[in-house]
Amino acid sequence: MNNYETVFIATPVLSDAQAKEVLGKFQGVITENGGQIDSVEDWGLKKLEYPIQKKSTGFYYLVEFSGQGDIIAPLETQFRRDERILRFLTFRKDKDAQEYSVRRRNKLAGKVNEPAKTEEPAVEPVKEQEAE
Amino acid sequence: MAAPQQAQSEIRYLNPLSVDVKKKKYCRFKKLGIKYVDYKDPEFLKKFLNEQGKILPRRLTGTSQKFQKKVAQAVKRARHLALLPFVTDNMTR
Repeated sequence: MNNYETVFIATPVLSDAQAKEVLGKFQGVITENGGQIDSVEDWGLKKLEYPIQKKSTGFYYLVEFSGQGDIIAPLETQFRRDERILRFLTFRKDKDAQEYSVRRRNKLAGKVNEPAKTEEPAVEPVKEQEAE
Repeated sequence: MAAPQQAQSEIRYLNPLSVDVKKKKYCRFKKLGIKYVDYKDPEFLKKFLNEQGKILPRRLTGTSQKFQKKVAQAVKRARHLALLPFVTDNMTR
């Protein structure tokens, strides 16, 4: 069992729904080949530092998955065949990289919850002032 | 023989010795205990690039051999994904 990470850039021509569909397709490719998806990150439409296929933006998706080494070949052929994919990068994560990505995942999950927590106390003092 | 020596010592006093207090370079990864260099963070990687987007040598950044390799790998991955430019003229820091 290895841990992998793949990032791909989909063309900006797609609508949000179509971009989601592309993501779904590649998640499907991973699971069909016996992989297990650990996490998916949507970075949204980002500006590219240099143009690729005359496009200056792209939809970035990060998929972390685990499985045997034979998933990669079919996954990458699918990436190459799909015209909607501008770029992709897949690599195996070593121990440190895996630790890092787990921490990063937890941090991102924590960030989603944090704003909700901080908002609650901020509201209360206002009420007190009004009461005075 | 005594006269030139004296003169030399006087000159020494007149012109204060330009002592370059060199700040010792250190490997920031070792110091901060960072084990993995993330290619997904281009702002951090820009610290290891010059204005043209070239990777700075170890002798300037003080990074250890072990982490210089990882930095180079991360920069190359970031370039492939268009998170960093291959070539540029004015890198915004």
